[in-house]
Amino acid sequence: MRGAFFQTLMELAESDERIYLLVGDLGFGVVEPFLHKFPKRFLNVGVAEQNLAGLGAGIALTGRVVFTYSIANFPIFRCLEQIRNDVCYHRANVKIVSIGGGYSYGALGMTHHATEDLAILRALPEMTVVAPGDPGEVREATRAIVAHEGPCYLRLGRAGEPTIHSSLPDFQLGKAIRVRDGDALTLVSTGALLQTAVKVADLLAAKGVQVRVLSMHTIKPLDQEAVLAAARETRAVVTLEEHSVIGGLGGAVAECLAESGELRVPFKRIGIPSTFSSDIGSQEYLRAKCGLSAECLLDTVESLLETVQSL
Amino acid sequence: MQPQTKAELSSAAFAKRIRARVLRMVRSAKSSHVGSVFSTVDLLAVLYGKILRLDPSRPDWSERDRSILSKGHACAGLYVILAELGFFPESWLDEFYVDGGRLAGHATHVGVPGVEVSTGSLGHGLALASGMALVSKRENKDFRVFVMLSDGECDEGSTWEAALFAPFHQLDNLTVIIDYNKIQSFGTVKEVLDLEPLAAKWHAFGWSVREIDGHNFTEIEEAFRAIPEQMGHPTCIIAHTVKGKGVSFMENKLLWHYRTPDQEEFRLALSELEGE
Repeated sequence: MRGAFFQTLMELAESDERIYLLVGDLGFGVVEPFLHKFPKRFLNVGVAEQNLAGLGAGIALTGRVVFTYSIANFPIFRCLEQIRNDVCYHRANVKIVSIGGGYSYGALGMTHHATEDLAILRALPEMTVVAPGDPGEVREATRAIVAHEGPCYLRLGRAGEPTIHSSLPDFQLGKAIRVRDGDALTLVSTGALLQTAVKVADLLAAKGVQVRVLSMHTIKPLDQEAVLAAARETRAVVTLEEHSVIGGLGGAVAECLAESGELRVPFKRIGIPSTFSSDIGSQEYLRAKCGLSAECLLDTVESLLETVQSL
Repeated sequence: MQPQTKAELSSAAFAKRIRARVLRMVRSAKSSHVGSVFSTVDLLAVLYGKILRLDPSRPDWSERDRSILSKGHACAGLYVILAELGFFPESWLDEFYVDGGRLAGHATHVGVPGVEVSTGSLGHGLALASGMALVSKRENKDFRVFVMLSDGECDEGSTWEAALFAPFHQLDNLTVIIDYNKIQSFGTVKEVLDLEPLAAKWHAFGWSVREIDGHNFTEIEEAFRAIPEQMGHPTCIIAHTVKGKGVSFMENKLLWHYRTPDQEEFRLALSELEGE
């Protein structure tokens, strides 16, 4: 995802002179092409995230489009008030980009686990929250957030995620992409777990069970239509995110379903429980620890299917 | 010191009008922070009256100088100035801090032409200003950026992140004005978290520092006209001021960070401000 993001950003910056890239002393080995090609529009602010967000807002308020880039929680939490007041309240054209969503930096420890970012940024007025599912979606999302006037958060995974979409999807902010179809249930996925969702869907399809998979790359604004259609047309709704079960995709979908009135559909949030992980291990290892591996997910979904069938 | 030269007299007259109008606003809105406004007034009267390149008919003019009141709680004076300059009708000042009004109790840009950015949480202004100054510098524009900080605001780490940044990037189009009235929310700066040696700190960070009497119009104007003091360096003007300046019983009193004048205090204060 990282490569897709930077490649697209370079293409965009070529034709759009408003684009600035600000980094918080991170991005070694990946930001250099931008720095060399557009030195006047690149800035390493140092290890100073409050300044990163404040400067970003100041630059954006002169009519520029600013990307602020760092890893995991760094471009978000330390400077959350700058994001709220300086970026969001002013509708500044700042695009906050975090590499390392979820457990991407697993073994680096709790400080590097970005597991509440979607919930917190989703609560901010004016903020668009995007977590693309594969490199193709990253390319499209990067273009879309530049075209969108106003604050955006782009949550990326890491480098090396597989391509899920065989061709570039018809991408619109706030419009889920249907990756697989079926009526047994719907897996609503956000971010890099899309590959896991698709894998589980394919394993189930091999057993003759067709499930729908939605890539919900935009958490805010949520594609309520797609959620309600899933509730109407399939027999259960399951959300999947590498994020706390509180307030992120699961929270957003739950709010939508709960307020829909007439719809009564079995619903389950799959994500990270609201605890800090002190386990040591890779992204795959930590995912498996909290039930986010394909195997665990398959078990969970199959038991849910049994429950649904007995209803 | 009484104003004497023509330049001093015009700034003094402007400042006098601002203080009296602020007092009326604060009294009628029953709002606080009058002391914090009064320490800024002489500085802002000169800055807005004589220094900034602004066009009230085009508040969004891209080449305007930017001025940020980072101590957003002192906004009443800013609103009066903007109304005087013609950014919005004087009648809006009656809509300060009231239900359904136009002007919030901290500097708010929404719906208020001339307020560059919204402030109120301390420690945000300098980074915003630095971002604007950076664009002006890198893209060969000639607009300048001014930001007024409170002394209490120099407790904020974010202020020092930006203070480290601006000299490194040689933002000599950026000026910080510190309203050093030496009283913050809970006591004197000395008691709460002493900033001294303040000038030495800014100097050590790479700023060109000038200390002035923030109520002496000649010193204020000279300081603004000398910017940049040094090419390649942002300027920090440490303005020694008096909280509550202009009303004898408010001067140097923490109480007037919070208190709204009652009828008698209002009458006394107004007579001091409007008298000679």
